[in-house]
Amino acid sequence: MSDDHDDAEHHSELSEMQLRVRALETVLTEKGYVDAAALDAMIEAYETKIGPHTGAAVVAKAWNDPAFKRALLADATPAVQSLGLINRVGDHLIAVENTPAIHNMIVCTLCSCYPWEVLGLPPVWYKSAPYRSRTVNDPRGVLADFGLSLPRETQIRVWDSTAETRFIVLPMRPAGTEGWSDDKLAALVTRDCMIGTGLPRSA
Amino acid sequence: MDGIHDMGGMHGFGKVAPEKNEPVFDAPWEGRCLALNRAMGAIGAWSIDEGRAGIEALPPDVYLASSYYKKWALRLQNLIVAHGLAGADEVAAGHALRSGNVLKRKLQVADVPRTLTRGSYGRAPQAEARFKVGEAVRAKNIHPPTHTRLPRYARGHVGVIEAIRGCHVFPDSIAIGAGENPQWLYTVVFDGRELWGETTDPTLKVSIEAFEPYLEAAKGL
Repeated sequence: MSDDHDDAEHHSELSEMQLRVRALETVLTEKGYVDAAALDAMIEAYETKIGPHTGAAVVAKAWNDPAFKRALLADATPAVQSLGLINRVGDHLIAVENTPAIHNMIVCTLCSCYPWEVLGLPPVWYKSAPYRSRTVNDPRGVLADFGLSLPRETQIRVWDSTAETRFIVLPMRPAGTEGWSDDKLAALVTRDCMIGTGLPRSA
Repeated sequence: MDGIHDMGGMHGFGKVAPEKNEPVFDAPWEGRCLALNRAMGAIGAWSIDEGRAGIEALPPDVYLASSYYKKWALRLQNLIVAHGLAGADEVAAGHALRSGNVLKRKLQVADVPRTLTRGSYGRAPQAEARFKVGEAVRAKNIHPPTHTRLPRYARGHVGVIEAIRGCHVFPDSIAIGAGENPQWLYTVVFDGRELWGETTDPTLKVSIEAFEPYLEAAKGL
């Protein structure tokens, strides 16, 4: 297919969806079920406030503060709540720790369940068929798609988020970061390393 | 339901293709679509479970060919019509032709911060937990035609209870309007070879979050 054809198809789908969603919004607004200003506020929050910077701050603090790390691994919801980074942390949040022996990966094979209040909305790949189908039976293949290769002896633990429990990976602290502040450490923590499809940046 | 959404372990979908610096929304309509869905959920028009069932009910060819937020738009359309909140004629017309039902409330700007948190699904137990940490259990060979959260790849297989997560709203009940019916929730870990065969990488373990009705004791183990 030529680029022109792809562009035309893309624009045509865009217009179809713009019209479809606008129709839904009009009907729901005229029926009195939704308020446009509230919709605007939600979108703004998802675009500008909610994001993986929250999770990164949690990981950095866990790296620097052993008592916080213990609390986080015991029950992540109150531990993260105690940092005051966001208004309310969802219930049933569970932090799972990477070690030299075990690498954790999070998936939702059935849909797209994700700890979005601490990581932001999930990326397209997380919600797509390749990731949802292959993480549970070929996690090393999935990691290879992300350019990551782990030692053969490393155990891979995949957590399928089939209920309302939500998982965030606590990755291992990179070498050469002794004495770093929480903020400096947080800059090494990528979104993907908190899902398990990557590792933190190097120091 | 044994639908196309239950894709754990399926072959043929190809490589994972992450996009660098992916925007939160690919186009403005996606944001509007998310917000509309969340707003209807927040005022209790339907449970999150019924919402998931609404996506699972999309025909397989539509499910696979539609982007994520297109599936949300189709689900929204189907649920508002199914619940009598608007008519199919009104959706097609793109505006209301009749006044709306009286819903208990409408999401206002001041309510928005509350919606920026995942819901709370823990409930008081109806009975003692049946299984203990460390116990071997078998995921039942069930095939409900309605919403369930027991993936096909786990059914019939033996795993170990790793943790007890409390009692939660039971999706299988609430999605079909049969009430919250809270059930004990367990993290059950399976050896990869148990799920996928003897040639599977021995370093693999997969866990699911399984409600008690999905499990039975694994006798003789």
